[in-house]
Amino acid sequence: MAETVMALRKTALNATHRAHKAKMVDFGGWDMPVEYSGLIAEHMAVRTGVGVFDVSHMGDIQLRGPGSLAAVQQLCMNDASKLAVGQAHYSAMLYPNGTFVDDVIVHKLSDNDYLIVINAGTREKDVQWVRSQIGQMPGVHVNDFSDYYTQLAIQGPKAEATLQKLTSTDLSVIKNYWFTWGQVCGLHNVMIARTGYTGEDGFEIYVPSDEPTSARVWGEVLAAGAEFGMIPCGLGARNTLRMESAMALYGHEISDTINVLEAGLGRYAKLEKPSFVGREALLAVQAAGGPKRKLVGLEMVERGIARDGYPVLAADGTRIGEVTSGSPAPFLKKNIAMAFVPVENAGVDGELAVEIRGQSVKARVVALPFYKRPKKAVVA
Amino acid sequence: MAYPAEYRYTKEHEWIAVDGSTGTVGITDYAQNSLGDIVFVELPKVGDRLEAGKTFGSVESVKAVSDLFSPVSGTVTAVNEELVSVPEKLNSDANTTWILKLELADAKQVDGLLSAAEYEAFTSEETGH
Repeated sequence: MAETVMALRKTALNATHRAHKAKMVDFGGWDMPVEYSGLIAEHMAVRTGVGVFDVSHMGDIQLRGPGSLAAVQQLCMNDASKLAVGQAHYSAMLYPNGTFVDDVIVHKLSDNDYLIVINAGTREKDVQWVRSQIGQMPGVHVNDFSDYYTQLAIQGPKAEATLQKLTSTDLSVIKNYWFTWGQVCGLHNVMIARTGYTGEDGFEIYVPSDEPTSARVWGEVLAAGAEFGMIPCGLGARNTLRMESAMALYGHEISDTINVLEAGLGRYAKLEKPSFVGREALLAVQAAGGPKRKLVGLEMVERGIARDGYPVLAADGTRIGEVTSGSPAPFLKKNIAMAFVPVENAGVDGELAVEIRGQSVKARVVALPFYKRPKKAVVA
Repeated sequence: MAYPAEYRYTKEHEWIAVDGSTGTVGITDYAQNSLGDIVFVELPKVGDRLEAGKTFGSVESVKAVSDLFSPVSGTVTAVNEELVSVPEKLNSDANTTWILKLELADAKQVDGLLSAAEYEAFTSEETGH
């Protein structure tokens, strides 16, 4: 076969992952670790202790200038005027038809400075989209900072205790979806955000992306977490963790053919804002009585594992939809899936089936998320 | 892990141990390692007739499904029911964890399979090491 394979992109930690004997895969053009010691062990470490992920393949777009808030407000569906400096929120950039360019986390760095964290697989598309939309707007500069940071996600109930050993910043006062800057591993001005994609408490830190610094911080984080059983985690566990928590993944639960209301993310679309790209389309869907299909959670009742793309069947065998993500859930110890089905089939406890290699296997509609982390005990 | 010299192997990563006209089939250590944590095994039934090179079931890890291919033709005489409840045995000891036993239709088919050395060379090629 002719060598037409594009060179895979690498994060600054690529050599570190390989030295740790990680299994590497092509993830959206990136050579990334899918697992180290084993997916289930990594998943459980995050649910019960702490794990660390290299998520440097994520992109970072900065919007800067006096017009930055107006630009964010037009580009993203959530209401960024509600953000305080040091606060972040879940949002999405939409096409005019109400489907997704990407889902994002918007961070307010200052009154004139926003950081939008975007997905790896959609990086170039997102940056182009932002530039094309911002082109005409006054007082805002777009900077693509994607390659400037090594982004580490430290996730799990012991994430705070782990990271606290490496910083003088008091992490206990950082609330969920807030961030600050502090010294981490001797590096100044590191962004420390209480965010993540695992459904667990945790932090994401943004350190300079040169190899020696990245490798040193990675090593110090692992050493700090050792007493809590910390292990390096790959994209395999990241996927099963986000699935248990019913967080969307681009190309699966959200895409350019799925609108916000279908995806069940309407609560983040602030239609009371005067304007944002996609707003009119979502209002039209609402005016027409709401979406015709809906994202549901499925739990397999009979023996079998639903996988991405498998057909979903009504009780009478009619094909009514497709699985967007499906897998065994290592913590819940059930076989779970998310799928789009017509609203009339979306009722919780309804009986559906998934076609698994030609066999109809029974499943039950369950409420999302599948997993919600226990609330922290209130200490007197 | 070493591949037992007395077994024969397929390029789809099954092994077969032959004793007279009975074959015992499992998956290789390379297969279990590439799959990762195995959580599900779909077995054929006793009496099923398998054809060399055709699928007879599947193993699933958390992240992937992999079909099982029969190394030779024959009739299933036993399946390892323990794997239904303890599929992870395939991870912990692939070399000795059997999936099924079959009565060979044609013992000569075994000669066409890979030796341990040939299989090892084949997997090194696959991983590029």
